[in-house]
Amino acid sequence: MKHKRKKMSAGSAAPTSRKKVISGNHAVSYGAMLSRVQVVSAYPITPQTQIVEMLSKLCGSGQLKAKFIKVESEHSAMAACIGASIAGTRAFTATSSQGLALMHELIHWAANARLPIVMADVNRAMGPGWSIWTDQNDSLSQRDTGWLQLYCESNQEVLDTVIQSFKIAEKIYLPVMVVLDAFVLSHTSEPVDLPNIKLVDKYLPPFKPKIKLDLQDPHSFGGLTTPEHNFELKYKMQVAMAEGVRAAKKADQDFKKVFGRNYGIIEPYRCQEAEIILVTSGTITSTSRDVIDELRKKKQKIGLLKIRMFRPFPAQDVIKVLRRAKKVAVIDRNISYGVGGIFCQEIKAAFGNEKKQPSIFGFITGLGGRDVTPETIMEIVTHTKKNKYPKQPIIWIGLKK
Amino acid sequence: MYSGHVACPGCGASLAMRLALKGLGKKTMLVLPACCWSIIDGPFPYSSTKIPLLHTAFETGGSAASGVRAALDVLGKKDITVMTWAGDGGTMDIGLQALSGAAERNENFIYTCYDNEAYMNTGIQRSSGTPWGAWTTTTPNKKEQPKKDIMAIIAAHKIPYAATASVAYPDDLIAKYKKARKIKGTRFIHIFAPCPPGWKSLPEESIKLARMAVQARSFPLYEVENGMKYTLNRPNPNEKPIPIKEYLQRQGRFRNLNDQSTKLIQKNVDQNWQNLLNKLDK
Ligand SMILES: Cc1ncc(C[n+]2csc(CCOP(=O)(O)OP(=O)(O)O)c2C)c(N)n1
Ligand code: SF4
Ligand SMILES: [Mg+2]
Repeated sequence: MKHKRKKMSAGSAAPTSRKKVISGNHAVSYGAMLSRVQVVSAYPITPQTQIVEMLSKLCGSGQLKAKFIKVESEHSAMAACIGASIAGTRAFTATSSQGLALMHELIHWAANARLPIVMADVNRAMGPGWSIWTDQNDSLSQRDTGWLQLYCESNQEVLDTVIQSFKIAEKIYLPVMVVLDAFVLSHTSEPVDLPNIKLVDKYLPPFKPKIKLDLQDPHSFGGLTTPEHNFELKYKMQVAMAEGVRAAKKADQDFKKVFGRNYGIIEPYRCQEAEIILVTSGTITSTSRDVIDELRKKKQKIGLLKIRMFRPFPAQDVIKVLRRAKKVAVIDRNISYGVGGIFCQEIKAAFGNEKKQPSIFGFITGLGGRDVTPETIMEIVTHTKKNKYPKQPIIWIGLKK
Repeated sequence: MYSGHVACPGCGASLAMRLALKGLGKKTMLVLPACCWSIIDGPFPYSSTKIPLLHTAFETGGSAASGVRAALDVLGKKDITVMTWAGDGGTMDIGLQALSGAAERNENFIYTCYDNEAYMNTGIQRSSGTPWGAWTTTTPNKKEQPKKDIMAIIAAHKIPYAATASVAYPDDLIAKYKKARKIKGTRFIHIFAPCPPGWKSLPEESIKLARMAVQARSFPLYEVENGMKYTLNRPNPNEKPIPIKEYLQRQGRFRNLNDQSTKLIQKNVDQNWQNLLNKLDK
């Protein structure tokens, strides 16, 4: 450590980063600041409020030279981001749960208008009954809107993903949602490496949109589009989405070149010769890693696949990892009522016509913020080991009898 | 504006835009929430305005414009005027929250409400701007509630400038936009804009009806500065008003009214007029 610091200050260059102990929420705010967002428009909601407060503070102190629009609702927050983005600036917002749902019409609008807006969503269960705790139903109910979705595991990943998201969004002209768990990340402090903004500038150059509201080159944006033209617009969105997989991989690899760390769009963990692979997203991943480590010590052939990118769904990458396993246990902290866990659905769909398929178990746990502990994960592992095939489409774990 | 837009004959809303843009000039960007004008402007790839135009969701006239304004400020383009152009439904009903938010923040933009007194885009349904007694498809007999006093609501926000205008008085209308253009902060202009299909009136009578509404003291033209200083432009209080009945009977939408209803409307017009006179700067 000492040695490292000496090395950094030896040259004339500024230090490449500094460590700070911050919450996931503040990691979002710093990520936005380092990305030099130009317009921020947001509305408070627990557990996201600290993001707004910190951004407000950073704007107020001049550390972030952005205009902060203190709108009267999330709906207006997204509308203002849309206006700001079309007028040619890098726009950012953050919300959670009820706020995200209120935005819904404009979430579609931002994507259909092909605007590279970035939004952080702190996963929080939808009411009623009122809940401020984490589950993924808020973000996943926006899955068909044309936004990319990236789920984070640590505060460092949150900060880095905000920066990466602008890179991806501005490449393919689609908006990106950065998702983090309520409290487990949003309100938990961890040491985070804050990169030097000059390095971020190198990675993320200023936003130069292809077209915008411009007096010299006037256009009307988003007007009536008859069936003669509209279908092709939708097709082009799907093309851009598919391109999103490549764009995200590239953004992640380029990130590594500049900052020395990256995440992948999915991450297989100890999957060598694994007969059982758990599939996780968000902070359940960290809990599961510990369980896997324990089991590997006992020579059990078990691994983990973390899914960071949910939209576009990187089906090919996922299949490549999972097809080698005998059994796959998908852990969903969400539910599509009437079907089951949403990640599980996606994975089953990804295997679609594949000849060789593992047996796929769908577990639902932790809804409404119920704790997901190593014991919860162990229960999932035990169940998967014991049964050759899933006996029912949804296996509930941690439910009170 | 280019010719070739797709408004109905006698459309007050399209004339209003032409006049407003005359007052504002070319350094203007438009924000257009869903309304008849979403159609009037023309389908992709056409547009009948010669300036940048952002189509936006129905209830976002105040909020989307706030975003455009913020972006232009950040980019150092403070001299460009941003104007939201919304209908009475987009203003007084679904967009009222976002408008109020923007006005309370005193966002630096002009908000125009062109008022054809119903949801015309979707085929003549009532709005809170529809007057008492009017037929619409959702008030199959007649509307039982009075028109919302949007100017009073706006004045309560104490924004620097608010005014009513009418397509029947183009000079007054253009002058108001010229004046508004030079003011900083939220400016609100409420334009009376007849709609022949919605009012069941004759296209060639649109201007006449708009003028009659002013002469009957039903839609007086006035300005409110900082929510306090009221100035009356028209009609001249010393001139004898025309009876509201003459205005009403030229429109099929009021055909269900009997004499008693007409008298009630007249009473209401007189009261509102007196209220306005009481507010005037003396
Ligand atoms: C959220 C939402 N609800 C409903 C609509 C359908 N809609 C489009 S325009 C309109 C009425 C517009 O009325 P107004 O603002 O008075 O403008 P006008 O059409 O009369 O010019 C409605 C109901 C919509 N576009 N968005
Ligand atoms: S319906 Fe009325 S407001 Fe709409 S275009 Fe026709 S005349 Fe104009
Ligand atoms: Mg209307």
